[in-house]
Amino acid sequence: MLTIATGNRAVADAVKAAKPGVIAAYPITPQTEIVEQIAEYVTGGNLESRYIPVESEHSAMAACIGASAGGVRTFTATSSHGLLYMHEMVHWAAGARLPIVMANVNRALGPGWNTWAEHTDAFSQRDTGWLQVFVGTVQEAYDATLMAFKIAEDERVLLPVMVNLDGFALSHITQSLDTVEIGDFLPPFHLPHAIDTENPLGYGPMTGPADYFRFRWDIERSMRDSRGVITEVEREFAERFGRSYGPTEDYRCEDADVVVVAIGTLGKEAEVAIDRLRDEGIKAGSMRLRWFRPFPDLDLAGRDVVVIDRDYSFGFGGVVAHSLKSKTGIEPYSVIAGLGGQEVTYNDIADFVKNRRPGTETWFGVSDHV
Amino acid sequence: MSAIPKEEYLYKCTSACAGCSSSLCLRYVLKAAGSDSVLVIPACCTSVIQGIYPGTAMNVPVYNVAFAASAACASGMSEAFAAAGKETNVIVYAGDGGTVDIGIQALSGAFERGTNFLYICYDNEAYGNTGMQRSGATPLGARTTTTPGGKPTTKKDLDRIIEAHNPPYMATACSAYPLDLYKKVKKALSIEGPKFIHILAPCPPGWRYPTEKTVEMGKLAVKTGTWILYEREFGKLSISGPSKAAMKRPAPLEDYIRGQGRFKNLSPETLDLMRQQVQQNIQRLSREEAGVC
Repeated sequence: MLTIATGNRAVADAVKAAKPGVIAAYPITPQTEIVEQIAEYVTGGNLESRYIPVESEHSAMAACIGASAGGVRTFTATSSHGLLYMHEMVHWAAGARLPIVMANVNRALGPGWNTWAEHTDAFSQRDTGWLQVFVGTVQEAYDATLMAFKIAEDERVLLPVMVNLDGFALSHITQSLDTVEIGDFLPPFHLPHAIDTENPLGYGPMTGPADYFRFRWDIERSMRDSRGVITEVEREFAERFGRSYGPTEDYRCEDADVVVVAIGTLGKEAEVAIDRLRDEGIKAGSMRLRWFRPFPDLDLAGRDVVVIDRDYSFGFGGVVAHSLKSKTGIEPYSVIAGLGGQEVTYNDIADFVKNRRPGTETWFGVSDHV
Repeated sequence: MSAIPKEEYLYKCTSACAGCSSSLCLRYVLKAAGSDSVLVIPACCTSVIQGIYPGTAMNVPVYNVAFAASAACASGMSEAFAAAGKETNVIVYAGDGGTVDIGIQALSGAFERGTNFLYICYDNEAYGNTGMQRSGATPLGARTTTTPGGKPTTKKDLDRIIEAHNPPYMATACSAYPLDLYKKVKKALSIEGPKFIHILAPCPPGWRYPTEKTVEMGKLAVKTGTWILYEREFGKLSISGPSKAAMKRPAPLEDYIRGQGRFKNLSPETLDLMRQQVQQNIQRLSREEAGVC
C-alpha cells in the first residue's frame, strides 16, 4: 500500500508486519516515535505482541535476550546513549546467538547534549558480533527491517541485526512508503537452542578457554556465512516485492574516475552531487555502503576515492575511511563531516570531490588537509 | 518433611564450597518449583556452583546473564512464555550483590511492571563469588576484604524497598529452615505477578566459621531476632513460626556474633547499635502484625 511516512514510522510498520512475540524498549530522542507507534499498535489490537516498557536500555536488551531465548521473535529500538547504555547486553545477545532485531536511530554522543545524526554510536558496537545495515531512505528503513528478521533468524546466521537510520535526517523526514503484504516471507520463528524444560541445558555457564575460543570462531563463521544469506534474502525480497538491495548502492560508478563512499543519508545526498559533477564533465560516481558488518568487498581499483565519515575514532581516523583502506589498500581522501548533525549539502560533497587530496584527512569546515 | 519430593534438580556434583547454605536452599527451591521451571542467574556464587561447560549440576534449564540483568532477562522470558501459552516458572536466583546493588534497577523495574516471576535473593551479606568484598547487604561492623576495619554503615533494608512495590507476595527465609523455605516457594509460585523471597544464607568462608556450623549459624540468626522470618501476602504480614518465639524472647545477640570471625573485635558501641537495630526490627514487625503501626 502506497503511503507517506517518516523513517521511524516505516520501522514501526515493518515491525507490525513481522509480528514479534515480545518487544521491549525504552524511549530516547530521536527513536521515540518508533516505540510510541508500536505501543499504539499493541494497545489498539493491531499488533499481537507483548510490549515491555522497561526502565532502561540495559534492561531492554536483557529482556529481549530472555524473550528470544524463550523462543519468540523479538525487537527493540534505541539510539545513541541508549545503545551505549546497553552495550554489555549487546555483546551478550550476539554471544548467546539470539536473532534479535534492533533499530538504532543514529545520533551523536554527549557531552554536550546533541540529538542530531552521527554514526559513532553504531560504530562503537562494531566488534559485538551484530550484523549492521545502514539505510538511506524511508522505504529502505521499512524493507531492511523486514529483511533483518529473516537474515537474523536463518540457522546459518543466528546473530542479531542492527538496522541503522540517521537521526532526524531520516527518522523524522517524510517520504513515500510502499508497505507490503508479507505473506510467508518470514517463516514462523524457530530457535534451535530455545529454552526447553523437557531438555534442561545450561546456557552461558563458566566456559574454559578451549570451548570459549571455539564459540568465538563460530560467531565469525556465521558472520562470514551471513554474506550469502543476505544476498539470498535480498534477492528473494526483490522477486517478491520488486525492490533490489545489495551490500552497497552504486550510483553512476561504471566509468567513474572518482567515487564518493558514504553511509546513510549522506550517501543519498552524494547522488545529487554526482549529477552536478557529471553536468560539469567530471566522471564521478557514488557508493553508499549499506552493510557495515559483515563489511563488503568493494570494487574500487584504479579510481580516486573520497570517503565521508559521519563518525570518528579519536587517535586513529574516520572509521569508514580506515575500514575501506584496510580492505582495499586504497588511500582515500578522508572527509570528516556531519558530526552532531552538521549540515552537509550536495554542493559541499561536490566540492570534496573537486578539492580531493588522496591520502589526507579533512575536518569539513574546521580543519583542512590534516 | 515427608511432603518434600524425592526428585533432585540440583545434583551432588556442584562446585559449591563445603558448608554452602545457598546451594542447600537451591535444592529445596527446585524441589518446590518442579521440572517445568527455568532458573535465571546473574554473576553470583550459583554461576560457579552450576558447574563448568559442558557439564551442569542442574536438572532444569539455567540461563546465565550479566550481573545487572537478571530481573530484566526474566521479564522478557516470562512474557515470551506467556506469548507461547506456556506456564513455565521463571525464577531468578541471585546473590545479594546482584540484587541490592548492581541489579536493583532492573529488579525495581520488573516489580513495578508486575512481571509474573519469582525473584529469590540468597543473601550471604557480601560478594562471595569474588572473595568476600562488602555489598550493600553487608551488616554493620562486619569485616570483609574491602571493609577490613568492619563495615561502618548498616545493611540496606532490601525488604522495605521491595515492600514499597506492593508485590502480591514476599517472604523472608533462612537456609536453616528448609521446610519453611519450601512452603514459601510453593505458595509464591501459586500466585500471579512478581514474587520475592529473601533468604539469609550463612557462608562459612565469608563469615569465618567452621563449615559444620552452617545450620547452627542460620538458627542463631533467627533465634536472636537478627533475621526475622515472615510472609507478606497482598500486603498482610504474618510472622513465620520459628520467629514468633524468637521475637518474644530473643536469644542474646552475642550467641550469633561470637562464632563469626567477621565480627571479631567489634567495639562495644557497634555491638550496642546492632542490638538496637534488632530491637527496632522486632518492634516494627510486631506492631505491624498486631495492626498498631
